Amino acid sequence: MRSGPTWFNVTSLVLGFSFLYLPIVLLVVFSFNESRLVTVWGGFSTKWYAELLHNQQLLDAFWVTLRVAFMSATLATVFGTMAALVLVRSGRFVGRSLFSGMVFAPLVMPEVILGLSLLLLFVAMDQTRGFWTVMLAHTTFAMCYVAVVVQSRLVGFDKSIEEAAEDLGCPPARTFFQITLPIIFPGVIAGWMLAFTLSLDDLVIASFTTGPGATTLPMKIYSQVRLGVTPEINAVCTILVGFVTIGVIAASLVTKRQQAQRERDERAAFGAH
Amino acid sequence: MASASGNSIPKRSLGGWALIAVPYFWLFLFFLAPFFIVFKISLSQVAIAIPPYFPTFDLGLGLDNLIEDLKEFSVENYLFLTEDDLYWKSYLSSVMIAGISTFITLLVGYPIAYGMARTPKKWRPTLLMLVILPFWTSFLIRVYAWIGILKNEGLLNQLLLALGVIDEPLVILNTNIAVYIGIVYSYLPFLVLPLYASLEKLDETLLEAAEDLGCPPWLAFWKITLPLSIPGMIAGCFLVFIPAVGEFVIPDLLGGSDTLMIGKTLWVEFFNNRDWPVSSAVAVILLLILVIPIVLFQNQQQKMSERDG
Repeated sequence: MRSGPTWFNVTSLVLGFSFLYLPIVLLVVFSFNESRLVTVWGGFSTKWYAELLHNQQLLDAFWVTLRVAFMSATLATVFGTMAALVLVRSGRFVGRSLFSGMVFAPLVMPEVILGLSLLLLFVAMDQTRGFWTVMLAHTTFAMCYVAVVVQSRLVGFDKSIEEAAEDLGCPPARTFFQITLPIIFPGVIAGWMLAFTLSLDDLVIASFTTGPGATTLPMKIYSQVRLGVTPEINAVCTILVGFVTIGVIAASLVTKRQQAQRERDERAAFGAH
Repeated sequence: MASASGNSIPKRSLGGWALIAVPYFWLFLFFLAPFFIVFKISLSQVAIAIPPYFPTFDLGLGLDNLIEDLKEFSVENYLFLTEDDLYWKSYLSSVMIAGISTFITLLVGYPIAYGMARTPKKWRPTLLMLVILPFWTSFLIRVYAWIGILKNEGLLNQLLLALGVIDEPLVILNTNIAVYIGIVYSYLPFLVLPLYASLEKLDETLLEAAEDLGCPPWLAFWKITLPLSIPGMIAGCFLVFIPAVGEFVIPDLLGGSDTLMIGKTLWVEFFNNRDWPVSSAVAVILLLILVIPIVLFQNQQQKMSERDG
């Protein structure tokens, strides 16, 4: 039963992955349905996609969401990478356990609490709510995910390379950009993508922290879903799913190629001796 | 950006300090400080004003004003939570729904993680990717997809009617069963990943030894594989249970009007009733309920990383 897939293992994998993927596949299929009744097949059509292009509110919301996601993912990647470096490399300092607590707690904290507390902070700061408050809120919870992803990359690599650079008189900042960053780069990219999709996806925190004029796409989808399932929503969802799938596959191909390139470089470097 | 120096060197450069200070300050300001504000407002009273609570507790107005404000604080909102049985019923039912869903997730996720850990090595990265991929697609979309499947004239009922399994449509949407399905579906990757990690590390020679000594496979699984995968099971269950307790989207979209979950209660209190002080009190109690599992989870993570390191 150990070696090779058994009948039981294959069945559980097939059933498990069908459970994970079937709902999404059905959603995609029914976005191409001619009929307005979303659960009755009425022939192939792309008319719902054409209709999306005329829905200005939806397009506006999509544009807001993309901008928020891009900016918050970038900021979160910078702060999250710093936090990961602190966790792995900074040794002991006063308040270290508080720091690691603050990095890990948002990962499991219910979104309603995060959203409510950030909203009350922005109110206390007398901050007008809108685009910027959503962006700051997303940066805060996404940086914790980035920190975890980058941390796992940092733990795995040989610190002696950094130490060698510093012994040879390389200033710390340069060591970081020339040695550490290139090595952890796949982790940083994965962190950015995770932050981007988390922001693209978030409904609860955005609903609490947004203001007039900054309705995000998930908020728009949510308000329409409450009224019922429609083929337009299926079409929007299909576009988002396609977007993310292409992004993830592209990123994994890029990291794979980088990894192969580095292995070739290392072999070449050692072979030269 | 500063360097990554100073693990063994107690002396820290200016850059080293800045590296700690920037994320520390950010998390302190945007994660920790807001909790104090939530706590403070949970002691205030609702008011028809902007913002809709009183006192507003403005440090800029001087000490006298501060003392006046402090006198106005009361635990009235917390007393209100104990008086109206909606709240404690919501807390109780959230914990119950999250607990039942976590258990079902474990039953569904274990065979998947086990199957993945037993496939040939070259297939594992692909399978891992396939588990992670749904996690990247929108949570809202994945929950929405189930509405079309579960509703009375939905795909599941159509299939079952066509097969002749049932005579009339099953009512699943807007019941707690739909909420269980939604939570299991959405959080399955969170359970499979840590469980797979611990199953994959399992020393196969132990199983071979058991087999050589005449132990049947099911007994070897029960005596060796299952106990050794407990850390992964615990980590996975925490990752499902804790966020599920405060879940809002799933009970709101899939559950019925009688599905009580505290995340939904907080949302309604805040957005529909506009009672900020009471929703803050609800959040404080929810946080207190979750502190115990969160601390247990962190301790367990620390133990695991110490053992691995």
